[in-house]
Amino acid sequence: MHPIFKLIAQRVALGIMLLFAASVLIFGGTMMLPGDVAQQILGQSATPENLANLRESMGLNDPPVARYFQWLGGFLQGDLGTALTNGRDIAESLGSRLGNTLFLAFWAAVISVPLAIFLGLLAVRYKDRWPDKLISAVTLTTISIPEFMIGYVLIYWISIKAGWFSSVAIINDSMSLGAKLNAIAIPVMVLTLVVLAHMMRMTRAAILNVMQSAYIETAELKGMGMLKIIAKHAFPNAIAPIVNVVMLNLAYLVVGVVVVEVVFAYPGMGQYLVDHVAKRDVPVVQACGLIFAAVYIGLNLIADIVAILANPRLRHPK
Amino acid sequence: MNDELKHLSGKVAKGLMTRREFVGRAAALGVTAAVAHSMLSSSAAADGHATPKRGGMLKIGSSGGESTNTQDPALTASEVPLNNLRCWGETLVEVSPTGEIEYRMAESVEASADAQTWAFKIRKGIPFSNGKDMTPEDVLMTMQRHSNEDSQSGALGIMKGIANMKVDGDNFIVELDTPNADLPFLLGDYHLMIQPNGGMDDPAAGIGTGPYTIEIDEPGVRHAFKRRDDYWDSENRGWADEVEQLVLNDATARTAALQSGQVHAINRVDPKVAALLDRAPNLSVQSASGRGHYVFIMHIDTAPFDNNELRLALKYAINRQEMVDKILRGYGSIGNDMPINASYPLFDDTIPQREFDIAKAAEHYKKSGHDGSPIILRVADGAFPGAVDAAALFQQSAQAAGIPLEIKREPNDGYWSEVWNVQPFCASYWGGRPVQDQMYSTVYLSTADWNDTRWKRPDFDNMLNAAKSELDSAKRKEIYSQMGRMLRDEGGLILPMFNDFVSGVANNLGGWITDPNGGMMNNKAAIKCWVMDA
Repeated sequence: MHPIFKLIAQRVALGIMLLFAASVLIFGGTMMLPGDVAQQILGQSATPENLANLRESMGLNDPPVARYFQWLGGFLQGDLGTALTNGRDIAESLGSRLGNTLFLAFWAAVISVPLAIFLGLLAVRYKDRWPDKLISAVTLTTISIPEFMIGYVLIYWISIKAGWFSSVAIINDSMSLGAKLNAIAIPVMVLTLVVLAHMMRMTRAAILNVMQSAYIETAELKGMGMLKIIAKHAFPNAIAPIVNVVMLNLAYLVVGVVVVEVVFAYPGMGQYLVDHVAKRDVPVVQACGLIFAAVYIGLNLIADIVAILANPRLRHPK
Repeated sequence: MNDELKHLSGKVAKGLMTRREFVGRAAALGVTAAVAHSMLSSSAAADGHATPKRGGMLKIGSSGGESTNTQDPALTASEVPLNNLRCWGETLVEVSPTGEIEYRMAESVEASADAQTWAFKIRKGIPFSNGKDMTPEDVLMTMQRHSNEDSQSGALGIMKGIANMKVDGDNFIVELDTPNADLPFLLGDYHLMIQPNGGMDDPAAGIGTGPYTIEIDEPGVRHAFKRRDDYWDSENRGWADEVEQLVLNDATARTAALQSGQVHAINRVDPKVAALLDRAPNLSVQSASGRGHYVFIMHIDTAPFDNNELRLALKYAINRQEMVDKILRGYGSIGNDMPINASYPLFDDTIPQREFDIAKAAEHYKKSGHDGSPIILRVADGAFPGAVDAAALFQQSAQAAGIPLEIKREPNDGYWSEVWNVQPFCASYWGGRPVQDQMYSTVYLSTADWNDTRWKRPDFDNMLNAAKSELDSAKRKEIYSQMGRMLRDEGGLILPMFNDFVSGVANNLGGWITDPNGGMMNNKAAIKCWVMDA
């Protein structure tokens, strides 16, 4: 078998073990939080009787270890169970939330990743001159401002003053693609501004690093244009670190955008998870946590594989 | 008509000002009463805020919704699900904006002479949204689901005094353990939506007798409703063809949605921005002074709060006016260390207002003989909006009186299960109740589950029971007055302020009225208002 397949198989197996460990940690963590789901639902209107009745009907009186294995048994058979709080099928609610999260992340990535790499290349081309400084200054400013603040500012100017796009990004299946894109326009702008700097800076640094090499000098002496040198000689050799940072940012776009979701009332996974943590709805927290963990592990796996494929020395080990 | 008068008459049309107030203001501008009245009727007719209009889609943006919400009335505790319930369901009776009983599923109520047995005559021929007619049996089953031994309902606490319930012909009969002249107010509780077979089969199905049926139910995101053609009271409610409620928990997202015209009304406008928002041209900020209040509560059975001198010292050391000005930005009124204010029927306005008095606070503190160890006040942002700031103000003024108040900040998460009603001194809020009896029975009766100040006084309980069965309102008022004074002088609650319900309303929404029973017109904005440009 080719060593790369072996490596991938190893990584996948390791990832699955990590997911198990994550599920134990998440379960233990939610157990340690004060209060249980019955108490959180009834809040100020809890009495000893209705608390006891609710706990009984939700099966909260079983020992935690038994509940964990009950959940694991269902999970291994592909059954995520139902939410304790509202009795809904988790797979179904989660499916549409996950779809929304991926939709937003996809469009943010489609715009931000090429833009960041292009700006990075541009910054290298005009290193230490005004385009480089301008790009750095703008992207560093937007990454330094908290994302909710960027969101509010854009809402004020683009939605309230100009009236171009909606400030509420609630989307649903009955909307056309155009209507959906219109609804998520401002959140996509915010996310782009937030992730741009990180990827742009890494592209710039990685390529500059390669630019010091002797073969670049050779290419230069051959009389090649600067942009062509960057694209043909420098970029392929700088791809591993760039892919790494791109994957980290993609993972952020999927698992870390709860603040943006709240500001724009976007029906994604983040708000869904936070609501269920606040209510101690363990099965839902487990499902969401595992999906987030899987996204992180999966994207990192991809980053590693790309790094290997991009490097002939790793591709053809002796 | 000059601009000032036009502005004022517009306010009357929107229900912001009473006719009497308008005539008074008009007189001040040199207009006779007769002319003022005719101005009003022409303005109201032309304006369209007073004439209902059918059709269109009414959209509201609300905080207080989560993806964990259900349509089961028993488990409803926050505003978004409550707005949903009002769309599809109705209760036996409701409490009107003026504090009277408004008959819904019951058409009349009769009490026995001792107020211990009550007969609710149930209306006939009212269809549920599943096509079946609502019957007295459905009412009985509903009440049983909320009060039987398997009940998970938030209304269980208020159903406790019921000894027996039965159906007798068209009547639903309730027999009580002890007399209670205010029973109809209790059964107007929002949890008690009448459902087919009491919701025993499928409590979260959303089938009821209200003006709308559920079209889309995405908890924590949005809820959409469609008007029913067979609604029984379509002459008074359910004007819009469709209602959509968007869950907008972020305060800025809510105001932005209102300002950009994406919703017609929003709840919980942050008092900090209310005055600014009111300046926007296409909307107005509406506030309703109600019975909800923000409190600092002490367990009077726990040292050092078991010492009434110390409690009095803390009560004198709080600057109420400053809190209303700084925390509520004027959208509220000062409290008097008792949970009752002028919004309640039978309120005694001769009870003296407790003033902020550093000297008296210091004097009581000295008398208490407290050893000077820090007095720990636990707060969280979620206790009430601005709770942490309010505690800081309290700390400052207490310090001036030499009281070593120390603030311990708690996380919002778990506050209601770990701190409130557990720790001896913390911040909290109450939403208020329609009548004094219910407020006192819920929180200040010795046996109340939610007795969050540990106020256990047999003499107080006796007075409460005496007032329950007293049908002479002058005597009742006297008893309530004594109870109020007792709590004010000896109780464990420090009540600095009553908060207003502050909502934002677009100018093209008609039918808005002030309702002290709750925010968003007691959560009936969606069913009672109409879209003017529908």
